[in-house]
Amino acid sequence: MAQFIVHPRTLKILSFILVFSAWEYAGRIPVSPAFPTFLETMAALWDLIMDGSMLKAYPETLKPLALGVIISTIFGIGSGIWMGLSRKAEWFGAPIFIVMQSAPLAALIPLLVMAYGIGLTAKILVVCIMAMPVIVLNTFNAVRNTPHSLTEMGRAFQGSQFDIIMKIIVPSASPLIFAGLRLGVSAGFIGAILAELLITPTGIGDLISYNQSIAEYGKMYAAIFSIIVLSVIFLELLEKAEHSLFRPDKRESL
Amino acid sequence: MNLAEKISPVNDTSAVETPAVSVKGISKVYPGGVQALDNMTLDFPKGELISLLGPSGCGKTTLLKIIAGLIPATSGEVLVNDKPVTRPGNDRAFVFQDFALMPWATVMRNTAFGLELRGMDKSEREAIAEKYIKDVGLSGFEHSYPHELSGGMRQRVGLARALSMDADVLLMDEPFSAVDEQTRRKFQEDLIRLVEVEKKTFIFVTHSIEEAVYVSDKIALLLPRPSRVSEIIRPDICRELGPDAMRRDSAYLDTVEQIWSSLRSYVE
Ligand SMILES: Nc1ncnc2c1ncn2[C@@H]1O[C@H](COP(=O)(O)OP(=O)(O)OP(=O)(O)O)[C@@H](O)[C@H]1O
Ligand SMILES: [Mg+2]
Repeated sequence: MAQFIVHPRTLKILSFILVFSAWEYAGRIPVSPAFPTFLETMAALWDLIMDGSMLKAYPETLKPLALGVIISTIFGIGSGIWMGLSRKAEWFGAPIFIVMQSAPLAALIPLLVMAYGIGLTAKILVVCIMAMPVIVLNTFNAVRNTPHSLTEMGRAFQGSQFDIIMKIIVPSASPLIFAGLRLGVSAGFIGAILAELLITPTGIGDLISYNQSIAEYGKMYAAIFSIIVLSVIFLELLEKAEHSLFRPDKRESL
Repeated sequence: MNLAEKISPVNDTSAVETPAVSVKGISKVYPGGVQALDNMTLDFPKGELISLLGPSGCGKTTLLKIIAGLIPATSGEVLVNDKPVTRPGNDRAFVFQDFALMPWATVMRNTAFGLELRGMDKSEREAIAEKYIKDVGLSGFEHSYPHELSGGMRQRVGLARALSMDADVLLMDEPFSAVDEQTRRKFQEDLIRLVEVEKKTFIFVTHSIEEAVYVSDKIALLLPRPSRVSEIIRPDICRELGPDAMRRDSAYLDTVEQIWSSLRSYVE
């Protein structure tokens, strides 16, 4: 019984129930007429799913999101590893990503629109600007801090440079790389919605702004809720992938 | 003139056969200015176990890593089987002072990792690793991860990994420091047996005078600042007596005493 109570899954569900009850309570006070209760939001979500508007909206949102996240992951991890291995690459790359991380996105969007129009490219770029820096910087730090004794061991047993990177440096860095990925991916989700709100209203961004404009707050919050759920599910999958790909030791210790 | 050079003619085997490892005038200054080794010269004859004994920080690990080809010497050269060392090679295997195990790999994968890097296929390397896992007494832990093992067990994984490489020269950096006294004695017996059976050369770093006297064919006593070979001692002990009688043998006790007085004069 005690084990059941402290089991991570029980705790997770408990915290969800707590948050949703607080939401329901706050909606009933009500804090603001524009703030629906949890149950109203769920009902609106059901409506949005049944009338097909979710089905229409998601492909539009997911396209720049998925492309942006994939590009950020591949390019971000790649350049992070490279910067971690080579001082020259660090010298060249680190300032770019540090600037990118602290750049105010809202100010950049008009520039992006001017350069790339209001199409897919600009939206992908917004996702990348949000997602990439933290992925790169985490990967870079993780690679740079690989325990020296492990790489030395790899050299002592005559591992090739490639083997040392793939079999020692990457697995050793993987917890931090994945932490960066989790942060980067959630930032990418935010970026995708921001792009739809600030560039052209499409997909989920359109659902949010349209329902806000006609005061359908339940539907507006349902759209926001759905994107949060999606991002949480994705992050869970990411963690599973990490443990089975690189760190079986962490899975067993749970 | 260096004491080591004075003593080397006494060394009967090395005069006939080329030594397995020959350290010639090695100096090492670390970036930052620490002089770890100063013009050290030392021969390691084939098939013998030579201990490096000396206080902490006198450059034992540094010397071992230079022999392994992991770090470059500032000057001087190391010959292994008459070939100058420039990089790590198949002829040497290293047991690390801090174990250097991969936390994400099982005992099996860690043990077989040297062979994996060599490109040997999985079933073959695991069969070899299995044998050495058994030899170091870790049967049943093949699928455990390092964080599930005690310090002494981890150290034995590092030992099994080096042994499975079947190298001519084993470079062991305090390989028994984390095992308990009983296991340590068992390992010392195993080591002596290994030296007799296999024609391998062991370079063995230890802090324990008793251990050095017990297992070594030769002991190189190192003293720091600047690090040099202060003395080479051949423990004149009779292993036929058996481990317990031997530890009470007067020759054994005298050698321990002799080394202790050399070290004590440094400590004071
Ligand atoms: N990477 C390094 N950079 C700078 N100085 C170092 C480095 N490694 C070792 N040293 C210095 O070199 C000296 C010798 O170190 P070494 O590790 O060889 O000692 P040791 O004899 O193995 O000691 P211990 O018995 O404690 O393991 C020490 O003074 C140490 O501070
Ligand atoms: Mg040392």
